[in-house]
Amino acid sequence: MTSSGGLHFKTYLLIFFMVIFGPLGNVLLGKGMKHIGAVSIGTPAEALHVLSRVLTSGTIWLGIGSLMIFFAANMLVLSWADYSYVQPASSVAYGMSALMAHFLLREAVTPTRWVGVAIICLGVLVVGHTPPRTTEHS
Amino acid sequence: MLVFIFYFLVICAGTGGELCVSRAMKAVGEVKDFRPAALVGVVLRALRVSWMWIGLGLMATAFFSLLAVLSRQNVSVVVPVTALSYGAGALGGRFFLGERVTSRRWAGVLLVCLGVALVIVGGR
Repeated sequence: MTSSGGLHFKTYLLIFFMVIFGPLGNVLLGKGMKHIGAVSIGTPAEALHVLSRVLTSGTIWLGIGSLMIFFAANMLVLSWADYSYVQPASSVAYGMSALMAHFLLREAVTPTRWVGVAIICLGVLVVGHTPPRTTEHS
Repeated sequence: MLVFIFYFLVICAGTGGELCVSRAMKAVGEVKDFRPAALVGVVLRALRVSWMWIGLGLMATAFFSLLAVLSRQNVSVVVPVTALSYGAGALGGRFFLGERVTSRRWAGVLLVCLGVALVIVGGR
């Protein structure tokens, strides 16, 4: 009983981490890149300049750190939970990204875009409810 | 125009990278031992498969393209549009990895594409 309860707890905890840190990583990358400005890579010198600004941005490193937490949580939870159970969590992340962009970055999200995000979540949910393995074992 | 090229790279290079990594991991074999030493062994074996290096290169391209597109457009637009990778993934899985993609999965991909279309045309 304890092990079953513990398994449920750590599964929910890691899925929670995925739903929070994945979108947070994207929002932080977005904030960092907006601060750097529109990227133009016409010449190698320009590309190097942009790369140096990216690599010295604390916000972008925070974003990369958040995405690493997301990937670690994703890999860990997949080591015991079904892919078809975990994958639909990524659909929630699209909604969470829009919410975080709206509330943390003050981005204007129109009603049509909210409907679009909801349909994307539904689509990812449908994909997640298909068999994760469709090929035979070799 | 440049934004569309970056979106194309995010979706196609990202999906291509995942497909290459998936192909490499299938060559390595199913991971059954999750002890740290065994996982290091899996990583080392994976790095000897050329598909893994192609995949990592493509994924790095996708990541820097994502940064470029985020410098020009809002997160609330960019992240939903990247969901098109589900369509590219289904196509790649079908034709590159020889997977059987069910009609239900195609229906889900179609919904994702519809949602992305609404996000794109849904500006103020």
